[in-house]
Amino acid sequence: MTAPLVSVDGIARHYAMRRGLLGRPVEIRAVDGVSFTLSAGETLGIVGESGSGKSTTGRVVLGLEPADAGSVAFDGAAMPAAGTATWRRQRARMQMIFQDPLGALDRRLPIAPQVREPLDIHEIGDEKARAARVADLLDRVGLSADHGRRFPHELSGGQRQRAVLARALATKPDFLVCDEPISALDVSIQAQVVNLLVDLQADLGLAMLFISHDLRVVRQVSRRVAVMYLGRIVEEGDADDLFARPVHPYTRALVSAAPTPGRRMADRVVLVGDPPDPADRPSGCAFHPRCPMAMSRCREVEPRLTEVAPGRRAACLLVDAAAAEPREGAR
Amino acid sequence: MIRYLLGRAARALLTVALVVTFAFVVLRMSADPALVILGPEASPEMIVAFRKAWGLDESIFVQYLDWFRAILRGDLGISMRDGRPAIELVAERIPATLALTIPALMIKIGIGIPAGIWASLHRGTMVDRAVMGLAVAGFTVPSFVLGLTLVLIFSVWLGWLPSGGQDNWVHAVLPIVTMGVGGAAILARFTRSAMLEVLGQPFIRTASAKGVPWGRVIRGHALPNAAIPTVTMVGFMVGTLMAGAVVVESVFSWPGVGRLLVVAVSHRDLAVVQCILLVVAATMVTSNLVVDFLYGFLDPRLRSGARTGGH
Amino acid sequence: MTLSSHPLVRLERLSVAFDGVTVLHGIDLEIRRGETLGLVGESGSGKSVTWLAALGLLPKKAQVAGRVLLDGEDLLGAAETRLDDVRGGRIAMIFQDPASALNPVLTIRRQLGEALALHRGLSGREIGAEAKRLLDLVGIPDAERRLSAYPHEFSGGQNQRIMIAMALAGSPDLLVADEPTTALDATIQAQILDLLAVVRRETGMAMVLISHDLGVVSETCDRVAVMYAGRIVEEGPSAQVFDDPAHPYARGLIGALPPLDGSRRRLVSIPGTVPDPRDPPPGCAFAPRCLHATRDCTAATPQLEEVAAGRRMACILAVHRRALAHREIEFA
Repeated sequence: MTAPLVSVDGIARHYAMRRGLLGRPVEIRAVDGVSFTLSAGETLGIVGESGSGKSTTGRVVLGLEPADAGSVAFDGAAMPAAGTATWRRQRARMQMIFQDPLGALDRRLPIAPQVREPLDIHEIGDEKARAARVADLLDRVGLSADHGRRFPHELSGGQRQRAVLARALATKPDFLVCDEPISALDVSIQAQVVNLLVDLQADLGLAMLFISHDLRVVRQVSRRVAVMYLGRIVEEGDADDLFARPVHPYTRALVSAAPTPGRRMADRVVLVGDPPDPADRPSGCAFHPRCPMAMSRCREVEPRLTEVAPGRRAACLLVDAAAAEPREGAR
Repeated sequence: MIRYLLGRAARALLTVALVVTFAFVVLRMSADPALVILGPEASPEMIVAFRKAWGLDESIFVQYLDWFRAILRGDLGISMRDGRPAIELVAERIPATLALTIPALMIKIGIGIPAGIWASLHRGTMVDRAVMGLAVAGFTVPSFVLGLTLVLIFSVWLGWLPSGGQDNWVHAVLPIVTMGVGGAAILARFTRSAMLEVLGQPFIRTASAKGVPWGRVIRGHALPNAAIPTVTMVGFMVGTLMAGAVVVESVFSWPGVGRLLVVAVSHRDLAVVQCILLVVAATMVTSNLVVDFLYGFLDPRLRSGARTGGH
Repeated sequence: MTLSSHPLVRLERLSVAFDGVTVLHGIDLEIRRGETLGLVGESGSGKSVTWLAALGLLPKKAQVAGRVLLDGEDLLGAAETRLDDVRGGRIAMIFQDPASALNPVLTIRRQLGEALALHRGLSGREIGAEAKRLLDLVGIPDAERRLSAYPHEFSGGQNQRIMIAMALAGSPDLLVADEPTTALDATIQAQILDLLAVVRRETGMAMVLISHDLGVVSETCDRVAVMYAGRIVEEGPSAQVFDDPAHPYARGLIGALPPLDGSRRRLVSIPGTVPDPRDPPPGCAFAPRCLHATRDCTAATPQLEEVAAGRRMACILAVHRRALAHREIEFA
């Protein structure tokens, strides 16, 4: 096996948050010990609900936010500190796209110069080569030269996200982080962008971190999937297998909560309680207050992410044989 | 809550201290009171004596410390012009100023807020455009222009009202109207936009969707929300009860704090100017404190920032 | 005809225009007592506008035409006081973002109590007791105490529960739920859909579920109507529409949804974007994006035709194909 392109080792990101006007600052562990690797050309999907830390993970991996613990290595070398010249050079090889394409584009500039901007910044090619590259990029994401002359507000949401994608691809990155890239789009447009992402990923051999709350879209795009809950990965594995046979009770609930046309609401696992509050992390397994299968030990013992089957890791005391039966281990 | 209010009060005191310090420095640097008060014919000896008598020969830093210590003792200094305590001079002018500014505030609130609400409820109609047209006129016309225009119309042409002086309430009518109109215009615009903002909120639609009659949607749902920004504006106007009268008092020769300030500044009567600034800053800061406190009543979100959540 | 066979609500040629731009083009739709109807479509399809217009909740500048019959009584042009009785009393509505749909400066008791006073004539003590019962019903723990709390003190899911409690306060015959779970997390969405099902079972009220999410609608509703550019393009029993969609747009929508199990397939993507209502294409509004469009499609706007009992579609090709299939069956 080749060395991973991206290797993330135990990253953590903490914030201090004050609750109310009088509250004492509370530490929020938005990301709390997340590790994964990504080979060149591979896509890892991250799913989770609000407060799971999935977006923060993406930002820390790219160095947009510093990690309070752990490390990120890109192509075998540790990520240089943000803002340095090496980091900027490195950043040309890794790009990010967000949920809101209008916010990511400059409203005062037509599309083409914005797609061209990274080429100017990183001084790639001469005048003619850059123009040709912009035309090629626009074509690649399914926009015409005419679209390139328009301003962001003159495009539809799907077209804007294509423009953002073209700009992200300008520097021929090896690694792309997509944070909810299609959530703001209409259903029929979502499919266009998903297909485009799948095609680009295959054609260009991009490694991709695809962050979304939408299980279907994540499965469509990703080879592997990690499920996050309260800043940690609770389950990780092959995308098809993980959604077909979820092991962790939270993944099971998520999968059964995904509405499916043609299925009547019947044996759905409905979780009690609200999404967890990162400022008030439960003891032991963070999922235990909502878990339909929680045992008393779940309140005390923090489950570790362990391999439960080949290529499948889960953090749950129910499936962690070693942790579940400490007595036998002692004997 | 108490800790919060104490914190705000401390910050308020600091604000007042900064304002008067700034004024102190600027006033002393900009001109020599000895030259201004004694006039160009004064002999050098007189000037030296005057400076010595008022402590102006010390460095500005020493002057400042002396002055600040005096304030802490409650001594706001003595007028260089007529030798009476500055606080007395200011205090005897305050009623005259309030006699203008309080009725003017009533006009601002009494006309501005209803007009703003009314315009917001008839958005885009002739009514709305008329109210807003008047409002724009009301606050783009400087108060001295408005004051002089009113004098021209009601005193000079019609002869209904006196153009100045303070003999009885009739003399107060024109200055009060002059002050009230501009503020009412500002408040009308402000209230209108606050109301429009609230009326566009989803909870207004919710209220209608559950069958609340429109009048009650306005009174029970829209107004309590629109009140929050409007109170800020009213608070600001209350804060300027003292300071807002300078121009109008001058135009109508009304013997209030504003005119005292103009005279004191032109004579570099330092103690009086500083005393007025202190009073003005204190009113401003106090009304801000009251607004903050009112916020807590009007907006439950500020009472406790935390989501208590039901577990 | 017996009374029970009358539809509860019947929309006839309901159309809406803003500043001369028509956004809803003559909607015909029936809701029977106790049934659930899903209204599916993308943003701008007119699915929300339909019900805001029906209840007189659109801004004054909207020009609404047609008829909205509630038990035979036309609500369009009814007096405001009559509409106030209907809204919340006969037809209740809940909205997408529960946090902003509740008044931030009023307690839950005030907001629930308002509906109880208006539609049930309750006062004082009774309001408190009934409000508590409703909060219990929708699963807000510690209801008694939390009545005096404000919306910001609840989570998004809890606020939507409170919205549902408020909708139930007037014991309506129809609940219109406009994207009730769109702003919520997946596990909370499941809770709210579950709650809506329970509440419907207990009260027997009918429901219109407006959603862009085909999965949500299909799981929840007996019948579904697909809207596009201000028109219903297909309507029928949920199972039939999802298993065998006829209108190319409905087929596209269903094909655009990535599968959650089985093999991965390339998604069917509908090319282009929704037409601008200020500049509608001639004929069928979907024709510019339709892979099967012919010259006939741009000649005239296809009407919603009934091809089988309860199954309607507005596409000349689909209607034609169904007719052919039908004839083949008859000949066989």
